[in-house]
Amino acid sequence: MSRGAGVIIAGAAETDQVGRLPHTSTLGLHIEAARNALADAGLTTRDIDGIATVSAPGPVQVAHALGITPTWVDGTGVGGTSFLLHVRHAVAAIRAGYARTVLVTHGESGRSRVGAGGWRMDPSSPAGQFEAPYGTLGPTTTFTIPVLRYMKEYGLTHEQLAYVAVAQRKWAARNPRAMFRDEITVADVFASRMVAYPFHLLECCLVTDGGGALIITAADRSVEFPKPPVHILGTGEASETPMISQLADFTESQAFRLAGQAAFAEAGITTADVGHLMIYDAFAHVPIYGLEALGFVKKGEAGGFIAAGNTEPGGALPLNTNGGGLSYTHTGMYGMFAITEGVRQIRGEAAAQAGEPQVSVVLGNGGMFATAGVLVLGRQPR
Amino acid sequence: MPTPETRPFFDGCAAGELRIQRCADCARPYFYPRPVCPHCGSFNVAWFTASGDATLYSYVINHRPAPGFEAEAPYAIAVVQLAEGPRMMTSIVGVPNTPEALELDMPLHVRFERRGELTLPVFGPAGASRETSASRESGATA
Ligand SMILES: [Zn+2]
Repeated sequence: MSRGAGVIIAGAAETDQVGRLPHTSTLGLHIEAARNALADAGLTTRDIDGIATVSAPGPVQVAHALGITPTWVDGTGVGGTSFLLHVRHAVAAIRAGYARTVLVTHGESGRSRVGAGGWRMDPSSPAGQFEAPYGTLGPTTTFTIPVLRYMKEYGLTHEQLAYVAVAQRKWAARNPRAMFRDEITVADVFASRMVAYPFHLLECCLVTDGGGALIITAADRSVEFPKPPVHILGTGEASETPMISQLADFTESQAFRLAGQAAFAEAGITTADVGHLMIYDAFAHVPIYGLEALGFVKKGEAGGFIAAGNTEPGGALPLNTNGGGLSYTHTGMYGMFAITEGVRQIRGEAAAQAGEPQVSVVLGNGGMFATAGVLVLGRQPR
Repeated sequence: MPTPETRPFFDGCAAGELRIQRCADCARPYFYPRPVCPHCGSFNVAWFTASGDATLYSYVINHRPAPGFEAEAPYAIAVVQLAEGPRMMTSIVGVPNTPEALELDMPLHVRFERRGELTLPVFGPAGASRETSASRESGATA
């Protein structure tokens, strides 16, 4: 595999607040996140020639609102992992000379629904014809379906599933921006309302408002920016299925595995090199699937690995150190927040800093195990 | 809402048959309806009537009902594996929708329910009554 020129994340920031933001529209959240990321990189909108975000509002609207006339545009919209794919595509564009400085934005009024379009499944889509008629209602009723199969085949217990939320709350307790910060027990998880058996409320992600943005550019410009560069060492993307019922094997995600393999190969790393990990956690089982797909543990071992404390503060593999979608924030398309936390950990500026990781891996999920993106971020270039 | 490519499936349901597709080249059945074999890429595919036998592959029991399903909650949203191999989402009928009653890999057989404009396949315990379940207009989502 040819190794192109180095590319970095030169700026990364979130909206001033995340959580309940009824005073800001979806577009406003994009603009606020872009302002903060530009400031983080010491740049202005005049420096941006490439734009990437999902619809809606989409890259054309975001660029125009900011007064940018981009000559490189990426509107890839594959759910919550889209921003990881935007980073990957920006790396390629910068290497190809198609763009010099790319702005990736996320903003979503997921909780307050201010300036946010309605959501409706197309009844003539395959999912509209072959899933919706059985009473599905968003991710809580679909993303969750595989786990009972996994539990039967690999012996994952209800306690281990609940402990994923317990472990992540320990990180959130150290993060003042997290929506939920009180530590919890497995009993607390079991006592929370049943949403979709076997998932209790505390095993499901939050619904919040917020945004984040990134500035991507060539590594040879690193000295121009106030913050230390975060090197994009490897990236991967893959998609598997638009419908959870058609996931090939309910005990694993091919998309997670394929995206991870591509990113690790490009970066030239193994799991032993990884000091910090973010795995998109829309529900408590997703980090379990992610740990196994990326090869950190063998199939069937991730639940026990988390329950043994390996991923919580003081553990060998710090995972979801912002508290994750379960406790920090989840606007709907959470992937941006997994990236910004990876950037903070590499820079050494996270609220719950996990030592001095040299390599951070970020695994994003889009849809219900539909699409995956993986980024390998490093303190040093390859 | 059926499309031209999926209409034969729904016509089959209305006739009390579970019609799915099979590749004429590699002979493997597949679901959901589309004019190409996902296994080998052949466009030489044909409809056939599946046995209706299946096993319970996985499920959730949903406590926050979708519009039109309020009277059913909590209800199972299941994925079954057909005897022929393909999997499909469905409802489980004829057995309480509880963790105790719904055992993975339990044998099931198709039944058909009228829901709004369409007749849909649902699955119940194999060997139990195969009579069509009561019509349920409220479940329409089309
Ligand atoms: Zn074939």
